[in-house]
Amino acid sequence: MSREQEYVLRTVEERGVRLIRLWFTDVLGQLKSVAISPAELEQVFNEGVQFDGTAIDGFSRVHEADVLARPDATTFELLPWAKADEPSGRMFCNIESLDDTPFEGDPRQILQRNLAAAREKGYTFFAAPEAEFFYFESGETGGGAPKPIDHASYFDLTTADVSSDLRKTTIHMLEAMGIPVEYSFHEDSPSQHEIDLRYTEALSMADNIMTLRLVVKKIAMDRGVYATFMPKPLNGVQGSGMHTHLSLFEGETNAFHDADDEGGLSVVGKQFTAGVLKHAREITAVTNQLVNSYKRLAETSEAPPYVAWARNNRSAMIRVPVRKKGKPESARIEYRALDGAANPYLAFSLILAAGLRGIEEGYELPPETDANLFELSDSERRTLGVEPLPRSLNEALDVMEESKLARETLGEHVFEWFLRNKRAEWAEFQSKVTPFELERYLGNW
Amino acid sequence: MDPLLVFPSPAPPELAQALDLGGWAWKAAADLDTARSEQPAEGWVGAVVVAGDEPDEAFRLCRSIRSGDIHVGSVLLLIGGGHLASLDFREDLFDDFCLNPFQPVELEARLKHLFRRSGQVARAEVIEYGPLGMNLETYQAAIDGKPLDLTYMEYELLKFLASHPGKVFTRETLLSRVWGYDYYGGARTVDVHVRRLRSKLGEEHANLIQTVRSVGYSFGTSRWV
Repeated sequence: MSREQEYVLRTVEERGVRLIRLWFTDVLGQLKSVAISPAELEQVFNEGVQFDGTAIDGFSRVHEADVLARPDATTFELLPWAKADEPSGRMFCNIESLDDTPFEGDPRQILQRNLAAAREKGYTFFAAPEAEFFYFESGETGGGAPKPIDHASYFDLTTADVSSDLRKTTIHMLEAMGIPVEYSFHEDSPSQHEIDLRYTEALSMADNIMTLRLVVKKIAMDRGVYATFMPKPLNGVQGSGMHTHLSLFEGETNAFHDADDEGGLSVVGKQFTAGVLKHAREITAVTNQLVNSYKRLAETSEAPPYVAWARNNRSAMIRVPVRKKGKPESARIEYRALDGAANPYLAFSLILAAGLRGIEEGYELPPETDANLFELSDSERRTLGVEPLPRSLNEALDVMEESKLARETLGEHVFEWFLRNKRAEWAEFQSKVTPFELERYLGNW
Repeated sequence: MDPLLVFPSPAPPELAQALDLGGWAWKAAADLDTARSEQPAEGWVGAVVVAGDEPDEAFRLCRSIRSGDIHVGSVLLLIGGGHLASLDFREDLFDDFCLNPFQPVELEARLKHLFRRSGQVARAEVIEYGPLGMNLETYQAAIDGKPLDLTYMEYELLKFLASHPGKVFTRETLLSRVWGYDYYGGARTVDVHVRRLRSKLGEEHANLIQTVRSVGYSFGTSRWV
């Protein structure tokens, strides 16, 4: 029994915890939970919890259907929303096969494996996401558009109050769970909000993102409101993304910083950026994994669909924020394509692997793109050497399927399963008649 | 709270960390003379003696302890598996032993067993500072009597800081003492955890932990100023 486990056991006892939720994430990024009672906890620390993996997306294999969930004691948190007389806690789990080897369908361990590879090169990977989401009256739309709760509500103080109150409660709860929030504000679109988390090491951040999604939805649900991270729920207004700030540290030093460089970006930072750019198209199926993700990438200025980088040009996929002098530790790049429907463990794995590949192979960073890429024609963009990101899930899957980097980073099991699952999603979408078609064609043909 | 005697000096890093995390007060001595000159008025509560590759030196110290050269309550011997045979006929030199490299939980259990029984406890069971209370036995912390929900590392960091009010620690020191010498995350980990702790302490008490610009962190103010 480790000290961490002993700490959890003691806390459970002292605080009268009645229920412990064991959390893990499936390949598509959905949070799953198994609840155990405190009496079972010690045994679960020793042996794990066995369950049928075929019940969970991406966990299924033909042989050997059962897997083990092993709780990570360092992630134990009491749930601040549990009733006072029924305290409950949660831990994130790693999933293992029955022979105690890491289960290759477990996204959390895929990220751990990729972070370990970075560590071998001396790097720690930090991430800070800006999570955007909408509040709607309901998750059921009956075929119409979802209704924002503060839509056209300039005069309607009551409903406008609801959403800022929701956000305040959400932030309070995140802070109580040790997830510090840097900023939060009402975004451009009606009922759209943003919560920016303070940077932390990528594994904790992926755990934090899973927690954040649950907390945002849970607080909304308690008030009879529906919160969604769907990338593009409304026509005509910007969608929800998850711009993420990234940096590598070597011990105490920010490996992206170089005071002598004009833009403050080190050789390592440039090579990392070059790697992410070069492989961006190959990883887009994971960073933007829904049919709907490409509706967000199609039109708005906050979701740049072009593989380019810039300091102050928001039409580029990667932004290198200009920093105040004397803040070397905040050197970072911002990856702007990512959306909030992605599995954060897999998305971080791929972005990291792409960046590291750039460092290993000494990729050259292409010149900064100053032009507003939205205003250029395809051929003008081609002249600049700027490629578009895949324009649909289908195209993204085609590019991913050819990617050695994606295959190696995700491992054979998840790579194959993901492609198969997403191909099926695309095929289903292709076979559906959309409102667009009915509006456009029914009356005319 | 009298310290435990630790031999040799400097103490092996893993041992130093385990003792710090366990909340034990301790002082390392390089030889018998230092152990004698540093001896507290009431004598040493106990000793943790590490027998390294040359166990004879450790046994010599144990023998001096037993012969009353210096006063030491109980002796815990840490010894590598390869030297177990050398314990034969030396059973009188120590009260308990623990295999080295040790499991921190086992070491902790043996220390508690040994020094609780001897009736002299060399550790603080409770830390109190202003609104903060920490019970080291039950791993619980509270602000104004209201429990704080901390993860293990948050608890350990707070305990370390609160044990040394007013003292400024660099990130490296906190990293090595709280996380351990081989922890990889880098000094940024300390910033991340301090921020997490502050968010759990709440706005009103977040300033219990102060940032000391370009140095590190400190907790509260010293009792001596």
